Amino acid sequence: MSTPALELIGLKKSFGKAEIIRGIDLSIGKAERHAIIGPNGAGKSTLFNLITARFAPTAGTVKLHGENLAGLEPFQINRKGLSRSFQITNIFPAMTVFENVRCALLWSQGYKYSFWHLVNSKRDLTEGAEAILDQINLLERRNLPAGTLSYAEQRALEIGITIAGGADVIMLDEPTAGMSNTETDYITDLILKVTAGKTLIMVEHDMGVVFGLADRISVLVYGEIIATGKPADVRADARVQEAYLGAALEAEH
Amino acid sequence: MTVSDPKHDVPEGARYKEQITTDPSKPAQRMRAGSMTMTLAPWLIAILVLVFLPAVFTNNSALTIMNQMSITIVFALAYNMLLGQGGMLSFGHAVYAGVGGFACMHIMNMSDFFESIPLVILPIFGGLFGMGLAMIVGSFSTRSAGTVFAMISLGVGELIAACSVIIVAFFGGEEGISGDRTYAQPFFGVEFLQQIEVYYLTIAWLVISAVLMYLWSRTPVGRMANAVRDNPERAEFLGYSSRWVRYYSFIASGFFCGIAGGLFAINYEILTEENLNTTSSGVILLVTFLGGVGFFFGPIIGAIAFTLLQTVLSLSTELWAFYAGVLFVATVMFFPGGLAGLIMMHVPAFKLGKSSGLVMPYLKTLLPGAIGVLGLAALVEMTFHFRHAATGDDEMTLFWTTFNSHDVLPWVIAIAITVIGLGIAKVTAPSLKEAWNEANTAGGAS
Repeated sequence: MSTPALELIGLKKSFGKAEIIRGIDLSIGKAERHAIIGPNGAGKSTLFNLITARFAPTAGTVKLHGENLAGLEPFQINRKGLSRSFQITNIFPAMTVFENVRCALLWSQGYKYSFWHLVNSKRDLTEGAEAILDQINLLERRNLPAGTLSYAEQRALEIGITIAGGADVIMLDEPTAGMSNTETDYITDLILKVTAGKTLIMVEHDMGVVFGLADRISVLVYGEIIATGKPADVRADARVQEAYLGAALEAEH
Repeated sequence: MTVSDPKHDVPEGARYKEQITTDPSKPAQRMRAGSMTMTLAPWLIAILVLVFLPAVFTNNSALTIMNQMSITIVFALAYNMLLGQGGMLSFGHAVYAGVGGFACMHIMNMSDFFESIPLVILPIFGGLFGMGLAMIVGSFSTRSAGTVFAMISLGVGELIAACSVIIVAFFGGEEGISGDRTYAQPFFGVEFLQQIEVYYLTIAWLVISAVLMYLWSRTPVGRMANAVRDNPERAEFLGYSSRWVRYYSFIASGFFCGIAGGLFAINYEILTEENLNTTSSGVILLVTFLGGVGFFFGPIIGAIAFTLLQTVLSLSTELWAFYAGVLFVATVMFFPGGLAGLIMMHVPAFKLGKSSGLVMPYLKTLLPGAIGVLGLAALVEMTFHFRHAATGDDEMTLFWTTFNSHDVLPWVIAIAITVIGLGIAKVTAPSLKEAWNEANTAGGAS
């Protein structure tokens, strides 16, 4: 078996005495679309924050392509090819849509902390950013301040920023939260389009999106994964039904 | 469902676009981004104006004011690299200019070395020393932005200002350090004895520094400074360490502050504790904010306005600092975009070709308003004279009129002017607002 894109081994996180993540082992293969679901407060976002080093784990290991990420800063992890979006839209609201995407391209295009290149005269940046904008259908909004976009557009922009750097592991935290059905469909298609061939890990509440997108699903309840598997298997799992999914599925239908 | 159906995509996208709440055809929305970009034309015009200004203002005191303005512009632009572009509020930025200036004074006093270099390159040494200090201080102060950074900058500022009386060898104690710029190697025969020669040296450095600082804002690290200012966390997840981005901005800012310090040294040939202390740091914050931190040219306008206040207004009233303070408070409260923001507010109306509709409403409101404010200023001046003039000195001159500040009539007149002026402004303000809304709405009769 080849090295998994992302591997979690015995991952734990406590805030004081409260154990939020209580030992997670998970292996996500290359180009797999993996959804993490679970009731509110199960620790989904915390898990995301542990993987991307927003929080330091209390115990356990995170491996990206077999490499231990312990002790790395978020920006270092990002440089290794892991990119994420946030539950609450996290963009640069005062900058234009185009600038948002261009900033996301700078590091991966090798500009680093350069002060001897002028960004406006760099074709690779302009064309690269425009290609991304085209993908996320925001080309028309190119010169607007990102903060003036509609909510769904801002979410789309955030996905654009997340994928722009060319990371091969993409983590999306509730990409369709707070959206209408139309918008949810739109974002789901967008995610499928832009993450083709990449490893996708997403936290999502919308079961329609989850079962439509995911190759495999993990169910997180009270800081533990109670089931991992193909959508059909997870749906059929008795423990999942009991803990969470039953209620959610009933609500869906 | 791994590949999306293209037929399905199109109507989705189209449907989605109908829900969009923003309208790109509204220039007002486009303007909100603020802008650091500038075209070539303003630069060329500015350079031409700078070159030919001495032909208009020929006397030495005007040249001194213009030199001071140029130095303040360089300093304010450098300060805005932090405040406006990097989102770092520094309360002790005078030390970088000051240390750069002191270094230049010491070089002026190293006769052998100074005689071997032309004066024109002296500011570079100021820049290097400012940068060196910024490298040391920035290594710990830029770890975080916000309050921590502001407090460290204040502490370091106080510390170095206090050092000026302790490390007398470098800062010269209370007398400061003085020197003579004319000992440098003549530069194509120019010895910089004349004020006009110094003027051209100063504006040359002003233009070079302003262009370089502008270009800096267009580089990857300059763009990321904006990104880190707006959202450090997101920047981290794009592969950039916010700390290093802040650090590089800090170093660059230190360099240009040092250049300003070097220019100060050349102009005044003396540096004292005043160049380092928190008052000077406060002034540069005030200048930058007054001009507007959101635009590249904001600090330039701020520096010009403030220097004029400081020099011209201080000739006619002792209370100039009071008025500067009021102006600053008013700017912070009512025009957070500063003077530059105030100017740029009018761009949408210009683009719509409706700016002419604003002229009359402006006159109707702002003219009486200005008269009312002048009346208010007269009251302030009269109160000041009434309270603080030497006993028996009842005569005062205000707006070319001499009168007795203990008489009732001048007070009645001043109060009447204030009340009537501000009153008319208040009455006409709603129609100005209407005209403003009209001028900023696309379509309709103009």
